[in-house]
Order: sequence, then C-alpha cells, then structure tokens
Amino acid sequence: MYRYDQYDHQIVKERVAQFKSQVERRLSGELSEDEFRPLRLQNGLYLQRHAYMLRVAVPYGLLSSTQMRKLGHIARAYDRGYGHFTTRQNIQYNWIELEQTPEILAELATVEMHAIQTSGNCIRNITADQFCGVAADELADPRPYIEILRQWSTFHPEFAYLPRKFKIAVNAATEDRAAVQVHDIGLNLIKNASGELGFQVLVGGGLGRTPIIGSVVREFLPWEHLLTYIEAVMRVYNQYGRRDNKYKARIKILLKALGVEEFTRQVEAEWLHVKDSPSTITQEEFKRASSYFAPPAYENLPTDESALQTLRSSNKAFSNWVQRNVRPHKVNGYAIATLSLKKTGVPPGDATADQIDFVANLADRFSFGELRVTHEQNLVLADVKQSDLFKLWEELKAHGLATPNIGLLTDIICCPGGDFCSLANAKSIPIAQAIAERFDSLDFQHDIGEIELNISGCINACGHHHVGTIGILGVDKDGSEWYQVSIGGAQGNHSSIGKIIGPSFASGQMPEVIGRLLEVYVRDRIEEERFIDTVNRLGIDPFKDHVYATPIKHGAFAAGEDAHA
Amino acid sequence: MPKIIKDKAIVNDDWMLLKLAEGESAEAVNVPTGKQIVPLAVWLAQTTTLKTRSDIGVWIASDERAEVLGDAVASLPLIAIDFPSFSDGRGYSIAYQLRARQGFEGELRAIGDVLRDQLFYMQRVGFNAFATRPDRSIDDALKGLTDFSDTYQTSWDQKTPLFRRVPRPAAEESL
Repeated sequence: MYRYDQYDHQIVKERVAQFKSQVERRLSGELSEDEFRPLRLQNGLYLQRHAYMLRVAVPYGLLSSTQMRKLGHIARAYDRGYGHFTTRQNIQYNWIELEQTPEILAELATVEMHAIQTSGNCIRNITADQFCGVAADELADPRPYIEILRQWSTFHPEFAYLPRKFKIAVNAATEDRAAVQVHDIGLNLIKNASGELGFQVLVGGGLGRTPIIGSVVREFLPWEHLLTYIEAVMRVYNQYGRRDNKYKARIKILLKALGVEEFTRQVEAEWLHVKDSPSTITQEEFKRASSYFAPPAYENLPTDESALQTLRSSNKAFSNWVQRNVRPHKVNGYAIATLSLKKTGVPPGDATADQIDFVANLADRFSFGELRVTHEQNLVLADVKQSDLFKLWEELKAHGLATPNIGLLTDIICCPGGDFCSLANAKSIPIAQAIAERFDSLDFQHDIGEIELNISGCINACGHHHVGTIGILGVDKDGSEWYQVSIGGAQGNHSSIGKIIGPSFASGQMPEVIGRLLEVYVRDRIEEERFIDTVNRLGIDPFKDHVYATPIKHGAFAAGEDAHA
Repeated sequence: MPKIIKDKAIVNDDWMLLKLAEGESAEAVNVPTGKQIVPLAVWLAQTTTLKTRSDIGVWIASDERAEVLGDAVASLPLIAIDFPSFSDGRGYSIAYQLRARQGFEGELRAIGDVLRDQLFYMQRVGFNAFATRPDRSIDDALKGLTDFSDTYQTSWDQKTPLFRRVPRPAAEESL
C-alpha cells in the first residue's frame, strides 16, 4: 500500500498543528462557532446530537494492520470502545471531546492517517472497489491513479469552498462495485480501441434529495490527463454551481440546468486551457505510485479445491459462509474473504475496539498485513489462502464476524440516523435491528437470496436508500418519525433509483412491511429470479397492493427510545 | 490609517473602498478624488472618465465575471475580489483566472469576510493583498500565510506539481 514520504509526513504534521491552533482559538472564544464550523468540517469534525463526531479518512478503503490497531486504540482511549465504518469506506467515532481532537490527529499522523476533507464542501475521500488489485474481473489496478488524485485534491487551494460536498469514485472492473454512477464524478478505467488505458468520465450522479444517475461527459480520457480534466470540471462547478440553495448546490443540478451537452462544452473549453500543463501525470509518477501497489509475495499454490470442497460438504455453516462471504481471487489458491459487520443485534458497520484489534491480527496472520473497508460497511481480507479459510472462519465466528449474510437481507446499509446525527429526521439503527431480528433465520435469508436493504434517516441519503433493492427513508411528519419505502433501486452496472410504493409507515410497522414485500417476491418469482428481477418484471404494483391490502399492526420494538445513545 | 497585509507584511492602506449606497446608480455616482476602489458596475458605466485616472482600482463581487474588464487589466493598479462569506469559494477561481488567463500583474486584494484561516489558499491562487476583517488581529492573521511549507498541486504560486519538482521515493522492493 502507499507509504508516506517526507513530504506527505510534513504536510499532515503541519495540518495537525494548524487544526490544533484552530481548536485553541475556538476554545478561547477568538473564533465563533460560525467561523469554526467550516474549519472543523474540513477536518471531519461534526457536532452531533450528543457529542462531536470525528470521521477519519481511509483512502479508497485500504488499511494496514498497524493503522487498524491505531483505530482500535483511538476507540478505546478517546471514544466509548467502538467505531463505525461508513459508506464512504471511512471510520467515524461518535463520542469525541473537542479538546482531544488535536491529540487524536497527532496519533493518527504517526500511522500515516488523517481526517482531512472527510466532510465540508470540498473534494471528499475518494472511494473505490474494495477488491482493487485482487478481483479477477479487473482491467488494471486503479489505486495508483487514485493515490495521485488523492494527493492532488488534498488542500487544493481553489476547490476547498465549493458550492457543496464533492464525491469521486473509481471503478476498474467489469462489475462496478464502487457505485460510480451515483457520484459527482465517476471514473471507469477502460481501454480504448488502440489498447491504451484511460477513463470514461461520468459527472452529476448523486443521491440525496434529487437522486440522479451520472452522465457521460467524456467517453475516453487518456490517463495522463486525469488531473487536468478534473481540474476543468471543478473550475466550472466552483464558478457556476448554485450557492443560493444548499439542496440545489450539487454538480448534478448544474449539469441538469445546463444540459449535458452545454456542460460538457464548458468543461472541454476550460480543459483546453490546462490540458498538457505541468499537472499532466508523468510516466515516472505513475510508476512511482504503482510501485506501492505491487502484488504481495504470493505463493505458488495448486489450483486444487478438493480439500475446500470436502470441508464445505461436511460443514453446512462453513459452506454457507464460503458461499456468501468468500469470492474468487485472481491468483490461484487464494480467496477474498468479507467479514460481516452486520450481525443481528449490532448497529450495521459498528466494530468494537477488541474486534478492530482482532481483525488487525487476522490481517497479519492471513492477509499480508492489509485489509479493506467496503462501502457496504463490511471489512475484507483480500489475500487469504484457500487452505486457511476454515481456520479463519472458526476464529471469525468466535468474535461475531462470520455472519454469512453478505449481499443478503440482513447485510443492511444504514446511516447512524437519529440516534446520533443532528440532521436525521428519524432513527435508522433500530429499524435495521428490528428487521434483522425478524428475519434472522439464515435459511430464510439464503432462500430470499441477493437483496440490498438500505436505510437513511434523512434525505441526505448517507444510507444510499435510493439504490437499495428495498430502500427505507426516515421522514418527519408533525414531529414524529415515519418511514417511506421504495423498491427497485440498484447500484453497480445497472444502477437505478427505487420507486416509492406509497404512504409512509410507523417504525413498528416496518418489519411487517418488509415481510409483505418478501411474500410477493416468494409468491411471484420465477426460476432463478432475484428480488430486483421480479420488481423489474412486474413493476411495483403487486408489491404495493399486497403491502397496503390490510392494516399493519404496530410492533412494539423500542424505536421511540434513545436505545443507542 | 487602516492596515492590510500586502506582500507578506503588514502595511498602511491608503485606498478607499467605494460601495454604492441604496438609491445610488453606477452611472450617476460621484467617484471622489484620491485612490478609490470602485465596484465593477461603476467602472463599466464610467470607464471613459475613470480610465484616465491612475488612482482607480476595481472590486468584483463573487457572482461577477472578471472577464468583462477586458484589456483594462493591463493598466489597473489594483483589483479586489469580495468574499461575501467565508464559505463562498468563487473568488478563488476568479483570482486564479485573473492571474493565469487575463495576465493581471497588479495588486490582487481579498476583501470582505477574510480571516486568517483562508489566507494560505488565497495566496496560492494569486492574491498578494488581504484586507482582513478589522475585528480580528492582523498580526495573528499574518501567521495564516505560513501554515504549510509545501503543497502537492499547482496553482498560481507554484507552477510545478510536487511530483515533477522533487525526487520522491518509490516503494522498496518487497522482501
């Protein structure tokens, strides 16, 4: 993975000093809260319902075991013993004291980490496929490009006070696992007809209040022009993006207002000024960045999977886990294992300090000392020998990290919601938990098969509800919490925005609402059809009819209380 | 006399900032004698008379375009860009383009909601003068210019990105 040189260290160290000064000036009253807000936000510090929340950047979701241990230490020393992995592949801590933030940042800097630009109206942490470098369907490892882009965007002087936050995602595989179509800029690494590498550039996708699939503004951008082209997009957006209404300030609104042709024309015109400038990426810089992502020292292993198959046939629980949580690796004899952070009873994406330390140790023992965070809020050991899978599974099981539910109903994407977030209209974690409890049976989940259940506590859509096969959105009606349900959303290559099925529900009705949606699927599915296929074939009407056919009793789970506060 | 930061030092400022009062029009307003920074609209309405003076600067609001100044950028001694609020970042792109595209070489001054923690970015995009908010210490603000000793990317102040400027190490061969 990428390692800091003296310049990276220096810049992060100076950032820690700068933020320390800003915190001191806030505490002394020299800075008002209004003046401090944009400063702390550029450093990932939010003021939430109960305390400050600090979001730490995990560039493209990649962590070393050393960094992971530091994250566990911070959870223990400065928070309440746990952290929350987010849909931007970052980690956030919910119980932080303002006075301690400079010290936390100084600790992070010792392991080459920071919280720079993890919030605020700037270019955020760039996300990527969690299987970069190991996926069999990958064209080339995109991480060198992303690291170059990360450095370019770090403290870019011109683009720190954009109209709104700005999110970039990069995909290099046949199957898009980075949700590039719903980002402000989505980049697909592709080859042109002459076999040269470059990017297809999408702009203006996004979720939030106005969910939109991104538009292609350039079919092929040779890779060396990546920085200058993005500079051109950013300059057009910084000048012409709306600033009068924060709900209309994302680049997607500008692109829709201008139309994709006019927007593209403006970007291309701006690019002519900066194309071939010194920001053009050199072959040497690409090579340097690539050297940090060279494959680890894989052993030459046999392709024989019979031992694994024998273990699977004698142990159904292990076999379920392999089926759902293990994916093929591009190197013979290795496998990619996903560690589920979606055990029923635990808020999705949460990990305790002990679990964090434990996973760091597993990374050292089984996966060359590295791990990844997924945007579905799970963890990945990307380079596990197939012959180690059984041992790994047994150890994961003992620590509550082996739930075989990746891609299934209880692998819920969920924002922190009203338990923590001051923007939320409604709680989301108790809804996730009530649904997970109702459908805890693994046999049932495996029968239902692939489905994405995404929950957001407000329209900002941190829980990506628009692209959930089933999406749940918390809404406020006359001061009480209600939930709007949509179906038919999808991420990846066939991204689509879900359709709302009708009037919203009370929290206690939600498990039954999900139950009824699943009943329609089980009743009407044909052959190998997934839930999303059935929705696409039949439309939402049969689902809607069944859900609203008879009144739904309110359940009694404790969504009305601050159960997690 | 009020003070500003100019070319990394605190100096006295003898320019006056002209703002249109309610009911005043750009065409009719009287531009006093002496060094005056006038709104872009006033400059455009009274160019014929104002361009004969050597003590006129122009200030640009964040929703205006500096391109309309045309050739005047070659002779104006001072252009100011207003930051109506800390979070309005349009002025950074206006400044960069004034320097990089329009070739403005005079004093480029940030006015409005200008505080210590913006100065590092502002100087990078081409500002060399800062009328910091009078309710805050200008001596403290000066420190904002030196928050970082190096930068990754190009802007007006640094035409070469770090990766072309210095030798940076590749990963050591894995064992």
